[in-house]
Amino acid sequence: MQVPRYWREIPKRYRLEAAQCKKCLNISFPEKFSCPECGSRDFKTIKLSGKGKISTHTIIRIAPEGFNDQVPYGMGIIEMDEGPRIMAQITDCDPEKLKTGDRMIYQFRRIREDGSTGVIMYAYKFVPDVGI
Amino acid sequence: MRKLAIIGIGLIKWGELWEKSIRQIAAEAISKCLEDAGTDRIDAMTIGNMSGGLFNGQEHLSSLIPDHLGRKNIPAMRIESACASGGMAVRTACLEVASGFSDYAIAVGVEKMTDISGNEATYALATAADQDYEAFHGVTFPGLYAMMAKAHMDRYGTTRDQLSSVVIKNHYNGSLNPNAQFPFKITSDQVLKSPMVSDPLRLLDCSPITDGAAAVLITTLEEAKKLKKQPVFISGIGHASDSIALSSRKDILKLEAVELSTDKALKMAGKSIRDIDFAEVHDCFSIAEIMILEALGVVAPGEGGKASSDGLTGLNGNFPVNPSGGLKSKGHPVGATGVAQICEAVTQLRGEAGERQLKNIRTGLTQNMGGSAGSSVVHILEVI
Ligand SMILES: [Zn+2]
Repeated sequence: MQVPRYWREIPKRYRLEAAQCKKCLNISFPEKFSCPECGSRDFKTIKLSGKGKISTHTIIRIAPEGFNDQVPYGMGIIEMDEGPRIMAQITDCDPEKLKTGDRMIYQFRRIREDGSTGVIMYAYKFVPDVGI
Repeated sequence: MRKLAIIGIGLIKWGELWEKSIRQIAAEAISKCLEDAGTDRIDAMTIGNMSGGLFNGQEHLSSLIPDHLGRKNIPAMRIESACASGGMAVRTACLEVASGFSDYAIAVGVEKMTDISGNEATYALATAADQDYEAFHGVTFPGLYAMMAKAHMDRYGTTRDQLSSVVIKNHYNGSLNPNAQFPFKITSDQVLKSPMVSDPLRLLDCSPITDGAAAVLITTLEEAKKLKKQPVFISGIGHASDSIALSSRKDILKLEAVELSTDKALKMAGKSIRDIDFAEVHDCFSIAEIMILEALGVVAPGEGGKASSDGLTGLNGNFPVNPSGGLKSKGHPVGATGVAQICEAVTQLRGEAGERQLKNIRTGLTQNMGGSAGSSVVHILEVI
């Protein structure tokens, strides 16, 4: 993977930057060209809190290229408290024990390394939110 | 718009075809199709193929395939919509003929998936998902469908046995199909003992990696009446897309592209789902067939699992689904699948399906989808 392809997604992957429609207030993550609810192209950038709950999940036991060293790993769709849903790995826990509705919180983690270009890729993963 | 008919079908035996190249299997299917139709005429060719580039390092199939066939000047084009590429190629061939642009259009679907390792194939297939926001994080196709299965179980109480009933039924049907990749029966115990791929989906819930090709020849209904085979009328075509990422959907159990493409095809044919006698649908995973039954409107949302285990969709059920064995048993060479579904529907409607022949049928439906149902195409076929 060439660096620009990785680099241009950084605001979303590192900081959970989402796009809020100024007209209908719908939040898209990642941003879309036009608002899927009202069609407006007038957005403001907001930062998601990184808190939410499991909407659905699985355990990946046969991984794609680049993830073989991580199996088995939890993967789920996390519904953010602000509304958008995010596909991400769920880590730092026994994935067998995860349940729909479990509270999750965002963490900044290494995703994988690209062997050919040497790019080390980072982004969000989610971990159980056990409170402060 | 001119009325459309299918006058020839061509299928080869699917499997791990180590000794054959992508160009060879495509040409074999086309040749069988022309032989079946009793004509050599091809005015245009559409080629359903998801990823010659990733699976074979070969793009430009629109030159490669006519060239190898010995028909190098045919106007050909490749059509890509992930696992729905085949169905889209049929639809595009239909548009060629319906518009009057061509009189005889052939749709060939082909995928040669075993030229790369299983790991690389998993990667190639994952390119049908959102690369930056799904595949980047390490999700696979079994993973995406596993999340749908988990949600279906949570919301509707769908059970492991209901998922298995789809697998068992499709393998039974496939055991009667000489072209199937895995033409043998499977028991509930075998499903339960197969390795977990992505919870709750086990290896035997998943369609396999397959080399295969299929072709159909389309002309006008008027022209079809001059040929030797009984023509099959294409009365409805529907096509729709949906968000590529599963996480973008408000309700991941609603297959909107499948619903919309079905509604459009039925409307065009002037029919309701109650008028359909059987269907070939995109059972890439056991849960997919259950959700498609709901999206077609055969059963209400949440009732697909129970309907499957109750036998609604068996060869002798009230609404037979996947008499061919489906993607599960027949194999899933992604770009060929949608074309092969049409081949099965035509075989059934002609009464040529042998041991798996359905009785008292006049109208069939085929449904082919890409990725996690980010695209779907439906055809309605009738005997005249
Ligand atoms: Zn809006």
